[in-house]
Amino acid sequence: MAILFNKALNWIASWFDGSVAADSVAGYVLAAFTHVFLLINLVAVGALIFIWLERKVAGRIQDRLGPTRVGGKFGWLQTLADGIKLITKEDLMPEGADKFLFKVAPYVSFCAALAALIALPFAGGAYPFVAVHMNVAVFFILAVLGVEVFGVILAGYSSASKWALFGAMREAAQVVSYEVPLGLCAVVPVLLAGSMDLVLIGDYQQGWFWNWYVFHDPFTFIIFWVYITCATASVNRAPFDLAEAESELVAGFHTEYSGLRWSFFFMAEYGSMMTVSLLASILFLGGWHGPIPIGSMLGLTFENSFWLGIAGNFLGLGNVLLKGFMGVTIMMWVRWTLPRLRIDQVMITCLKYCTPIAAVMFLGAVLWQVSLPGRAFFGIAAVSSEIHELREPWMTPTAVQSVDQSPMSVDSDGGLVVHARQAGN
Amino acid sequence: MRGRRETDSMQAINWASVFFLLLAGLACAFAIAVVVTGNIVRMAFYLVLSLAATSGLFFLAGADFVGAMQLLIYVGGTLVLLIFGVMLTSQAPFINMRTGSGELLIALALGGTIFGVLAFAAFSIPEWRNGELAAVGPSLPSQTAGPIGMGLLGARVDAESIDDDKAGYLLVFEIISVHLLVVLVGAAYLARAKRRRDALPA
Repeated sequence: MAILFNKALNWIASWFDGSVAADSVAGYVLAAFTHVFLLINLVAVGALIFIWLERKVAGRIQDRLGPTRVGGKFGWLQTLADGIKLITKEDLMPEGADKFLFKVAPYVSFCAALAALIALPFAGGAYPFVAVHMNVAVFFILAVLGVEVFGVILAGYSSASKWALFGAMREAAQVVSYEVPLGLCAVVPVLLAGSMDLVLIGDYQQGWFWNWYVFHDPFTFIIFWVYITCATASVNRAPFDLAEAESELVAGFHTEYSGLRWSFFFMAEYGSMMTVSLLASILFLGGWHGPIPIGSMLGLTFENSFWLGIAGNFLGLGNVLLKGFMGVTIMMWVRWTLPRLRIDQVMITCLKYCTPIAAVMFLGAVLWQVSLPGRAFFGIAAVSSEIHELREPWMTPTAVQSVDQSPMSVDSDGGLVVHARQAGN
Repeated sequence: MRGRRETDSMQAINWASVFFLLLAGLACAFAIAVVVTGNIVRMAFYLVLSLAATSGLFFLAGADFVGAMQLLIYVGGTLVLLIFGVMLTSQAPFINMRTGSGELLIALALGGTIFGVLAFAAFSIPEWRNGELAAVGPSLPSQTAGPIGMGLLGARVDAESIDDDKAGYLLVFEIISVHLLVVLVGAAYLARAKRRRDALPA
């Protein structure tokens, strides 16, 4: 990405008869700032839209109108009014609180929610739209999402309040438990693509919608819904919002928070909702590849020209954001439809249902992939040859030159080759 | 052209070095903060930051997989459990630890010895004493999880040939796996519900 920036800088500099080398520092710094700016705005503007949407969805489901006054017909400036109200609120802190940790906790949550986004691609191809093209992106995002709970625990502990501590304990128990089935679900697309690189996983699902991993086989179809359940639980949304449970714990871990500090928790929550939805769309729903391959039909690919490819990537960006947006909307729909579970029911859902189902479906997906390799859409359609030719853009480990002597190696297709060990060695 | 090249190299900041110094400094500073602070939860918080800075060093060195592992296991898992332990066992809110001077002396001697050994080992490797490179340069990205997985299965992809004597880690991996299984069984045994006849009416 930074090289791309340096090329762009070079192009601009060429107007003034100058030049910028491809490995120049300027592009790296500029690229870093651009990425962070875009991602912070994805979280912030996303929260702005989602809070309005949440009110509207809640209103519609409860047979009301939701906000109608602020900013015209649909009340679409309601969040801004909320924000101004939050800024003018007094920043309260309990007398007995651990002041330093109390102040720091919202930022820990928010930073974790933001950090998960840096490895998330928004379009693929030869020049993917991703801040850091990481070859263990799936793993990284799951790891960082787990860190977010730390901010909540700190908030609950430092508030010196029973309600906050109860909320934090529940959250910790819940997130630690749900990481297990969530990880098992995320492993299945990794297994099918043979890579932890999200760009490659997304691009393996290119073409028509039957190439999407959710339709790969019956097991992935089931595991997609397990993933949605676990993702809802791991970002603490109703019916799993035990950490804030208004009816019993006042407001849970953020009981003592007010004003802007409180809103940081909310931004973190909407940010991680967006992250898990985007992750679901990349892992299972084709990511930036729409149901109909309009982009490649119109010739918007990098094979034709660089700028056409970039245009196609912007189409993909719209696609993946739309999918993420729909995922968040479904979470809202679920929140306002289903009643909250009890804490023991939450644990039972995770340990007795989600984890075993995910484990069995994982085994099923493995067996399916072994018995029907190279098939898509429940084994009906064949995977096109273009998809087979996709490779990770970096060095994959190749074994020694004389393959015969190595006991095990990775061949050019990325598969594991085991060689019989010769008696002489 | 030559002149331009030289000004470039003068102006160019080696970002890898800058971030190495930043992250290493943060890791050390928060590690010291862990020792100095008396409050246990604050200690845990500083420990999180120190470990996160260490994972940043891994990412900087191009070891994505190990960095993410560090985040998941140390920053995520262990610390949640640590805080659980602290919150469940402490009797008073915001408990403070008082360390006696004897304990401090022992800890200082122990830490100083380990630091001395590590520093001696690090400086005795001739390849690492190259003064021209201040820190690691940006390396070509390569797949990091693959070689580790292969190594755990007993095959080293960086081996030149089978006679290279670069053994895999299959045995170590198996021992650790069995060990973790034993720990899990033990935890389940300790945490199991004690069967009591008069506990609850059915």
